[in-house]
Amino acid sequence: MNTTVESVVKELRERFGEGVEEVREFRDDVIVVLHRDALVDAAKYLRDNTDCPFPLCEDVFGIDAYERTKRFEVNYHFFSLDKNVRLHFKVRVDEDDAVVPTLTGVYPSAGWYERETFDMYGITFDKHPDLRRAYMPEDYEYYPLRKDYPLMGVPGDLPLPKRG
Amino acid sequence: MSEQSKITQDFFESPVVTSNLPPKEQRTKLLQALLDMDPDISFDDPLENDMVLNMGPSHPATHGVLRILLRLDGETIVSAMPELGYLHRGYEKIAENETYHEFITHTDRLDYLQPVHNNVAYILAVEKLLGLEAPPRAQYIRTMLSELARISSHLVGFGVMAMDVGAMTLLLWCFREREKIHDIFDLVVGARFTTSYARIGGVAQDITDEGLAAIKAFLDQFLARLDEGERLLNRNRIFFDRCRHVGVISAEDALAIGLTGPNLRGSGVAMDLRRDAPYLVYDQLDFNVITESEGDSLARYYVRLAEMKESVKMVRQCMDKLPAGPVHAHEPKKVLPRKERIYTRMEELIHDFMIVNFGVDPPPGEVYHAVESSKGQLGFHIVSRGEGHPWRLKIRSPSFCNLQALPQLLKGHLLSDILAVLGSLDPVMGEADK
Repeated sequence: MNTTVESVVKELRERFGEGVEEVREFRDDVIVVLHRDALVDAAKYLRDNTDCPFPLCEDVFGIDAYERTKRFEVNYHFFSLDKNVRLHFKVRVDEDDAVVPTLTGVYPSAGWYERETFDMYGITFDKHPDLRRAYMPEDYEYYPLRKDYPLMGVPGDLPLPKRG
Repeated sequence: MSEQSKITQDFFESPVVTSNLPPKEQRTKLLQALLDMDPDISFDDPLENDMVLNMGPSHPATHGVLRILLRLDGETIVSAMPELGYLHRGYEKIAENETYHEFITHTDRLDYLQPVHNNVAYILAVEKLLGLEAPPRAQYIRTMLSELARISSHLVGFGVMAMDVGAMTLLLWCFREREKIHDIFDLVVGARFTTSYARIGGVAQDITDEGLAAIKAFLDQFLARLDEGERLLNRNRIFFDRCRHVGVISAEDALAIGLTGPNLRGSGVAMDLRRDAPYLVYDQLDFNVITESEGDSLARYYVRLAEMKESVKMVRQCMDKLPAGPVHAHEPKKVLPRKERIYTRMEELIHDFMIVNFGVDPPPGEVYHAVESSKGQLGFHIVSRGEGHPWRLKIRSPSFCNLQALPQLLKGHLLSDILAVLGSLDPVMGEADK
């Protein structure tokens, strides 16, 4: 692990204690698995700390782990322009309580990324100012990137306009 | 009072001011005029009402199928909201059901102005997952063609932006140059547009001397041609006035809203992954990161223009340094074998069968790899569970993220400025809608 990232992760562990559930590393990508209650404060810390600020939130997206508990995961990418390092956050939620606090208050760019995640997985972002579907029609009933949504789509899910 | 007029009365006296209704006193005046059958009703300011205008999705200046909903006060934009999804093909869903090799062709169709670059970006993420590195010659070829693709993509961004604000000639000149780059791709790759050139552990085929000669011939005349186009625009009063101080965004706002690439560098932030997080052979090349401080449409145009010249420099350096050697890594279980060997050797036949039918076998894990594409940061996040196909593939497409800044950039400008702003953001809808 890069020393800069290591010190940021250490600081996160100290500040949030139980909020940091796990730290994973694979091929130099460091993923900090957070409890959802700690997410917004952790992001604020990332943006505002002076040693290694992360001013850019690159992406937010969902993953369907397709397990009985903690079915959905929401990933976050942050990039530090000073140190040129990247850090990932991950929040895991249950299917029947798929609510994650929004990051739009900290990183405005999360707005559309969260809309896309909502559109594709049905994960709701609490206090999001404009949580509409990003790609699919407003009245679409399904969440296409869930693993139980078939590749071919659902026949008749989008009514065609009447002829003539 | 009949029921009908009761409803009308309610409507006109409703205390709730919904978005499109004129203020209450105007409504009352209008109702009174209707009741009195007075045809001469007039308001103090006829432009006081907002108008909602729908631009696109089928509009020549929206670079594809972008739809923008505009609220106008006269000709001034009060607010704008881009609506996406008209070109949504569900590539992330498709990726979960295909092997890593099969998905290469789909990356061509993401940012269709620079297919080679997308192939390379995707393959780099897969190689990071596999822990594999292509041999140096392949890396140089990839870099060279990526930079050519960047030139071709910037040429379109440059020409189309000029056309949108009224300079038709330049578009044709840019497309003439772009045509030459496509001819090079035809020679080197075998396809002009949908290249699918990169392979896991290398490239589809080695570059020939003929291909190198064609690239050299193109580079030798390109800067002079670019200069012609530049002189046409840089001294052009109309172009200048339409782009300067239009769509201004500060460095802090640009970072906060997630702009990357030339759009971010136009606001004075020197972020370029080719320098900041070098991949391919960029750490061995000498180039400058171009920034402009104004943050308006004109600054973004200048950044693109200067970046094309830097790309020319980089391609030349790659050609000088191009090492000899193989263009495929020696990893029989991960790299597709050559066709002629499949037909003659048992071992290769078995590997080919396994790779094509079951895919490569990556370790379980999550990787993210991002490159600096001509639009911004193009990244692929792969979640693997050790199967031949990704469990989840997330495409971080720069056009999608750049478009998010559009409402902010357009606010308070005139209707006709949309074209200058949109042209300078240079979104590609194939990528934004995925």
